[in-house]
Order: sequence, then structure tokens, then C-alpha cells
Amino acid sequence: MGRRSRKPLPEINSGSMADIAFLLLIFFLVTTTMDQEYGLPRELPRKVEEKIPPPPVKERNVLLVYVNRNNELLVNNEYGDVKSLKERVKTFIPNKTNRTDWPEKEAPEEYGSDGNTFVFQKSKGIVALQNDRLTMYKTYIEVQDILTQAFNELRNELAKEKYGKSYDELSELADKGQTDDIQEDASAKIEAIQKAIPMAISEAEPIKSK
Amino acid sequence: MSKFRKKSGSGDAPGINTASLPDIVFMLLFFFMVATRMREVTLQVKVTKPGATQSVKIASEDRNKVISVYVGKPTKANLYGSAARMQLNDVIADLKDVGPFVLEEMNRLPEADRKKAFVSIKADEEISTGIITDIKEALRDVDALKIQYGTRKTASLY
Repeated sequence: MGRRSRKPLPEINSGSMADIAFLLLIFFLVTTTMDQEYGLPRELPRKVEEKIPPPPVKERNVLLVYVNRNNELLVNNEYGDVKSLKERVKTFIPNKTNRTDWPEKEAPEEYGSDGNTFVFQKSKGIVALQNDRLTMYKTYIEVQDILTQAFNELRNELAKEKYGKSYDELSELADKGQTDDIQEDASAKIEAIQKAIPMAISEAEPIKSK
Repeated sequence: MSKFRKKSGSGDAPGINTASLPDIVFMLLFFFMVATRMREVTLQVKVTKPGATQSVKIASEDRNKVISVYVGKPTKANLYGSAARMQLNDVIADLKDVGPFVLEEMNRLPEADRKKAFVSIKADEEISTGIITDIKEALRDVDALKIQYGTRKTASLY
């Protein structure tokens, strides 16, 4: 017994260790992905029984955007294009010149909480987006993107005016602010801005085939 | 010059020491294990998401609340035809399957997450919007109202 224990243990051959590690590495390379997921979040309208008529919406409050099967745009019954749509929405929704054929405004109301309040007249404007069944999805998303951009820019302007920081900057602060206080403060401001300018994009019911 | 003369005897270059190779490979392995996540499905439809500048990133803590619906042209056209179809989990499905699928996935989530769960429609940019409209109607039927159009983040459209 004693004699045996004095013998040095044979070394384990680790030459194939690299092979094993490579095998595992290749397995993980194949079965996993690294891509980030992005998207445009939307809220669908709740389904209501057909007997109940939908609440009446005044015609002046609605900007109807229709995308046809040739990927052309009809904005309030006139030809439009994607490039000018953003400016159109940005002037239509706030209706700063108080045109009578553009959206009404609600009575001035106070938005925000503790010390961060501001008084603002919320617009009643809605963008109604309709599409043909044969509209290309790419165009549809392009229009959705432009509409989102228009609303985000309106929010940026309001946030800059009321809080001195754009909406994007506030979002960043709410996400990566240095202290919890900064983050909470930014989140409260974002909520107020979102309430004052809701993302009023209505994906209207599909038009029944004519 | 004699300094550079090869040693007489073996003319072979000395072997490279590969003792640290496993360490390097393991390091790479750990990096990939930490930085990536498993593929959820094997795509059976071709999906190239449309680009959008206002795309919002899905936070990593919200990943488990995503119910994905893929839409695109099947890669196996001889099996499923060349018209755009939708894929739920790992199978090509029909419109009538969307509602039950979403409800089932919703039930699988912990109760606290169900309100925050949303359906992500990941569709190919080349398809026509009709099938998307159908899916949205099916989602409204089962009261799954929070949706998201899967997009690629692009810097600018023009």
C-alpha cells in the first residue's frame, strides 16, 4: 500500500479539452441569437356590439388617411404623400391658428403633479388610418412610422416648452437617470405629456368590400 | 552569420504550445452563453421586418411577455403554397387558430404579467396588409388589444 501511494499520479491528458470547448461553442453559436427586438406599439380599439352605435366624432376632428392598393395616400380626400404627411399632422392636431375646419380643443386643464404642473388645451384631433387589403405592408408601416414621428415631435415641443427638456431626453432620463428621484421625476413628466398629447392614431375598422 | 545557422539535427520548427487554447475557447463560450439568448422558433416563413425610425426596443425584462405571430411567404412553397401565411410557435397556422393560440399563451404567463403581455406581429415587408387586418380583427375578438408591429430600427427613411 505504502509503496503504491508514493508513485506519482499519471497526468490527465487535456489535449482534447479544446475540442470539447469548441463543440460547445459551436452549439451555442448555432442555437442562440443576438438580435434585439424592436417594434411600434399600438393599442387596438375594443370590440363593441354592433347594436351600440360608436360615440359620434365630429368630422372636423378627424384626419382621414387612406392608403390604397397602389400604395398612394389620400389625406382628407386629397392626394397626399408620406413626406408631407408629417407636417400635415403636426399642424392639424394642435390647430394653433384655430381654424374652424380643424380639431376642437378641450377646456384648459392642468396636467402633471406636485410642482410640475402646466395648463394645456388638449386637442380632440384623431388621425384615422385606413388601408386596402392589397396595400403593401411596408408602406403601411411607413405611414404608421411617420404618424408616430409627428406625435413624438409634438410631444418633444410641448416638453421643451413646459419642462425645458425634450420628450426624448425625458425618456432617456426615466430609463437611465442617475438617481431614483431623477427617474421618477422624469417618468411623472412623461406621463403628463402623454396625457396632454395622446397618440391619437385610430386604426379604423376595415372597410367592408365594396 | 553563423549565429543564424540552424541547429543541426532536427530541422522542424518547434511546436506551438496549445495548452492555453481551451482557456481561450472557454472564454469565448462563456461570452456567447451570457450575451445571447436561445432561438425561440425555427422560422418557416420568410420575414424581413419593415424599417421604422420610431421603433421602440423591447426591454429584456419584457421579452417573456411577448406573444409572437410571424407572417410571411412560406419557405417551403411546395408544402404550404406561395401566398403569405402565418406561423404560430413552430407550425404554419390558419386565421382561426390565432385567437385560441393567443389565449393559450396568455394563460401560460404568470398572472401578474398577463396585463402587460402583448402580441408582436412580425410580418414580412413585402406582403399585403389584408392578412394583418384579419389578424388584428381576430385579436380584437379575444380582447388581446395590446399589439406591436415588429420592425427594424432604421436611422432615417429618406
